Amino acid sequence: MRHSKVGQCGNQVGCRFWDLALREHAHVNKTGVYDDALSSFFRNVDSRKSDGGACGFGGRIQHLKARAVLVDMEEGVVNEILQGPLSEVFDSTQLLTDVSGSGNNWAVGHMSYGSVYREQIVDKLRKAAEHCDCLQCFFLIHSMGGGTGSGLGTRVLSLLEEEFPEVCRIVTSVYPSPEDDVITSPYNSVLAMKELSEHADCVIPVENQSLVDIVNKIKHMSDGGKPGLTIRKDSSIISGQGGLRGAEKPFDAMNNIVANLLLNITSSARFEGSLNMDLNEIAMNLVPFPRLHYLVPSLTPLYTLADVSVPTRRLDQMFSDAFSKDHQLLRANPKHSLYLACALMVRGNVQVSDLRRNIERLRPSLPFVSWNQEGWKTGLCSVPPVGHSHSLLALANNTCVKSTFLDLKERFTKLYRKKAHLHHYLHVEGMEQSCFSEAITSLSSLIEEYHHLDATKGKLIPDAPRLSIAR
Amino acid sequence: MSVVTVQLGQCGNQVGHELFDVVCGDAHDGQRRSYCSVSRERFFHQTERGDLVARAVLIDMEPKVIKHSMNKAANSGRWTYGDDAHFSQKQGSGNNWANGFCVHGPRHEAALEELVRRQVERCDRLSGLMAMMSVAGGTGSGVGTYVTQCLRDTFPKSFIVNQLTWPYGTGEVIVQNYNSVLTLAHLYGLSDAILVHENDTVHGICARLLNLKHISFGDVNRVIAHQLGAVLQPALTTDSHGLYSRNPLGELASALVCHPEYKLLSMSTVPQMPSASIAYSTFSWPGPLRHLRQMLVSNSKMEEGIDWQVRLPAASERSRSLTGGGRGGGRGGGGAAAAAIFNRSLANLLILRGKDVYSAETGGFEDPALFTSWLSPRDAFSLWKSPVPFNKYEKSATLVSNSQALLRPLDDMSLHPPVR
Repeated sequence: MRHSKVGQCGNQVGCRFWDLALREHAHVNKTGVYDDALSSFFRNVDSRKSDGGACGFGGRIQHLKARAVLVDMEEGVVNEILQGPLSEVFDSTQLLTDVSGSGNNWAVGHMSYGSVYREQIVDKLRKAAEHCDCLQCFFLIHSMGGGTGSGLGTRVLSLLEEEFPEVCRIVTSVYPSPEDDVITSPYNSVLAMKELSEHADCVIPVENQSLVDIVNKIKHMSDGGKPGLTIRKDSSIISGQGGLRGAEKPFDAMNNIVANLLLNITSSARFEGSLNMDLNEIAMNLVPFPRLHYLVPSLTPLYTLADVSVPTRRLDQMFSDAFSKDHQLLRANPKHSLYLACALMVRGNVQVSDLRRNIERLRPSLPFVSWNQEGWKTGLCSVPPVGHSHSLLALANNTCVKSTFLDLKERFTKLYRKKAHLHHYLHVEGMEQSCFSEAITSLSSLIEEYHHLDATKGKLIPDAPRLSIAR
Repeated sequence: MSVVTVQLGQCGNQVGHELFDVVCGDAHDGQRRSYCSVSRERFFHQTERGDLVARAVLIDMEPKVIKHSMNKAANSGRWTYGDDAHFSQKQGSGNNWANGFCVHGPRHEAALEELVRRQVERCDRLSGLMAMMSVAGGTGSGVGTYVTQCLRDTFPKSFIVNQLTWPYGTGEVIVQNYNSVLTLAHLYGLSDAILVHENDTVHGICARLLNLKHISFGDVNRVIAHQLGAVLQPALTTDSHGLYSRNPLGELASALVCHPEYKLLSMSTVPQMPSASIAYSTFSWPGPLRHLRQMLVSNSKMEEGIDWQVRLPAASERSRSLTGGGRGGGRGGGGAAAAAIFNRSLANLLILRGKDVYSAETGGFEDPALFTSWLSPRDAFSLWKSPVPFNKYEKSATLVSNSQALLRPLDDMSLHPPVR
């Protein structure tokens, strides 16, 4: 797998991801042998060798290098990474930075830097891909509200499609909350949405507000909470403990959640289990029609209690939690909308009977679309995350994402109606008013498609316009 | 006499491993020598040092499962897979039948054929090939279908049997019905017989008969392996003239697949109980055989909750076709309602293993009412026996059926999602 991290958010999340990935593999790999699991994320390099140093499987771990490309149009974040304990994990050929940033302007990121750095980006991606025996998937991590992550990030996405059309592209996008302090974030987000709808294979949207809520809940548990119920320090999904990093920085807790999401999605591709689930199976099963590829993520458990005499939460509770709003990384309400598909990726000591029992238990209360009443995609990976005996990641293709998009559209329209801040964008070479109208049209029609499917809920409508594709 | 097994995809490789484990454990020293040596010859190649190497080819589009299976076998100390008998890639098939059948299959055809040829050449005499796979995923179903096609082209005179595992009804893979239907449609023209196991059924056996609280895929696979072993281990057949049959796959196909339109075979084994209980149980033939017969008649999948109300149709209701008197049929007469859910058979094969096989009374299975009218019971019913107890059960009986039992799952599969 290859990770591209773009912009401040992308790189900060990425930093937590690599830290936690190293922690996870260190936990599992006791022999110090460079194995299959490690090789999905890391190269093994012996810098003493003269031919570039790549080492194959089975040998001792020399130097692990992340299979990643880091992009940012200002240097602060990337420099920090390079000066920190993770510096060994990246080398300069994997980085692309500039100095002045994108000014929270999607057009600057996408058009200006996009053209200037096109060659370099393609070059770095090519080199990174060449190091892989078999490239299964690209992960792109970015935020939607800023300029670099949103603008340059989506440019990278379309470059990935051009250069590697057959490789799956999974994008983790952090969506801005309504109180976001970047005024132009609605513009940036909507402009980016069009790119995501057209060029990504699937998108996992994450809302900052949901992350904040989860962090607060855990902090409340560990600080206030009931006496005697303390949380195991390394087990919460906001904890970076056990990784290389020392003191925690402000967004670390939230970023750890997203990092854990990525670890869980890739767990079955890295570790063994009785029912494996590869990354290319995610899009195949969860995306019924090309543009409807936005998947709502839920992660459980959020933490493990430290006191072992307190009975561990029943396994079934974990499944129930996955369908509760408290564990979603997006603030939409799936139970009042329609499920088009749902995937359950289970890690740890969980058997197929547990999975079946819970699916049967939960299924009646979950509204599924008429042509996929029984369809679930399930995966069982034997290796749990650090600090847990089991965990569950649910990815739901649910029409409730429509409300997130409606919000975004409203915020966009408020600004656009007054043409506020528009001139900053239109001054950029290559950017025209039509980009805006096309983007909002794309978003509107996406919302329409979800709307149509919603209308079929509870009825046996034979022909919503979308479904006539099957003819 | 030897069977070469081709294990495809995660399911095929996991179940295959359990099968070799079962048959190896069953035919250990101390058993009757001829049974042991026929079983070993059938499934294993013996090296000069006396080590048993499975006659198997392991195929998958990602490496983890094959690695795991090979390690497990090596650690058992009793048998191994050949070092040169596996093929894997890195990227998987993405649960996409088309990827398996149209891309991976053709791309690696030469390598895969070479692996199979190597195993076949090590056999003194090849009695047939068995491909094991699931129908829900991408590799087992897609690559499995392609490989079956290659086997048919390369070995046109050999018997080819497919062992298919059908997924849980409430989904393991959302596109499983597409993959399943595409697989079955192709296999019908290629395979000599298709042995089907349904995850839901086997899961039920684990829960209700074996009393397992926490059921893993390993448990499910061991039940499937037990049933397959009960069919494939050496047996005395009508054609084998007092010796263990050298042609198990051929005799299976000719006993059961009496018509090319009907190739789907289901199986049941009695008894099945928690292994801890086996030592404390007494076994006799009449009870289990009676149960097995009613399981067939009422289409019950296990020895618990059998519907004894279902009766055979009266003579007047028997018809020429397979479906008359079956689902929705059966007019007039008091037994109509019962006859409506009676499971009619085309052919049945009963395999008895263990003590006192020769005293077992099997006349009930030859009742013409069980079958269609265009085959006499003499042709529709076959009986195999082995005096050697199988897999720790002092007496066990297995029924392999060509009947209407798989109609409902097939219907369900083709209805969802609706392709207009």
